Amino acid sequence: MKAAVISFPGSNCDFDMLYALQDFGVDAQIVSAKENDLTGFDAIFLPGGFSYGDYLRTGAIARFSPIMSAVTQAANDGKLIVGICNGFQILTEAGLLPGQLLVNATPGFICDEVPLRIANPQTAFTNAYDPAETMMIPIAHGEGNYFADDATLAKLEENQQVVFRYEENPNGSAHDIAGIMNEQGNVFGMMPHPERAVDAVTGNIDGQNFFKSILSGILARA
Amino acid sequence: MYLAKIYVTYKPSILDPQGEVIKAALQRMDYAGVEQVAQGKYFEVKLHAKDVDTATAEVESFTDALLINQNTETYRFDLSLVEDEVNA
Repeated sequence: MKAAVISFPGSNCDFDMLYALQDFGVDAQIVSAKENDLTGFDAIFLPGGFSYGDYLRTGAIARFSPIMSAVTQAANDGKLIVGICNGFQILTEAGLLPGQLLVNATPGFICDEVPLRIANPQTAFTNAYDPAETMMIPIAHGEGNYFADDATLAKLEENQQVVFRYEENPNGSAHDIAGIMNEQGNVFGMMPHPERAVDAVTGNIDGQNFFKSILSGILARA
Repeated sequence: MYLAKIYVTYKPSILDPQGEVIKAALQRMDYAGVEQVAQGKYFEVKLHAKDVDTATAEVESFTDALLINQNTETYRFDLSLVEDEVNA
């Protein structure tokens, strides 16, 4: 599996994601947001950070960077697109995922580790988890408050597009949503950071099954 | 040249947590009459266009495309004719 980790100006979790993928034997490399070609990659990762300083709105400027046409093309081709934190915000701004991430219900940056539960175990991002499992995953965001109108939320629930939910909602997200995918199941975004919970040296390996899920999904397709 | 003054606010149905925090602070400061605070964004954009209709269409187009997120935000704008800056 060949994976691209997109580096936007202001990304700061790109190398965390790169190292996490490499830990699982993935042939991963950093690709600049100035590039415009992603053919040759099986999966695309949009990492956390503050792309373009979060100017205007989180993800609003990044969504127009050159690489995003290639990301949209890859999404349409059915490749896996994974947005973590700022990456999730970029995917919603780009319209590749519905809704928007608003300022936390209690304004301020939250840096914590929170319990998540799996809303849909049959996805490319959760299949390696025990469905009943509660995992602890780090969060670090000021704009993680997932918003979508009622019709969109109803559709997300009906299609089982909600992938992860917060057990204790930290930011006001509608329906306790921590991560969602598109209808086809190949484009995914979440605010928490599984890539920060893969190495035992950090004291938390609850993110490992996230990467194992992605890997088993990719291998099953091949 | 035209000057567009664009005012972006949350749609009425959207909770504005920053506005709520500011309101609470104002009330703590004894501005007892303050009932509501909405925090928005303000843009001034100067643009060249052949006439006011073209300028209006362009402002609407780029505001929808970039300046607002249509999920949660709405806007209004004023357009005025301003003198071109003299290029040396």
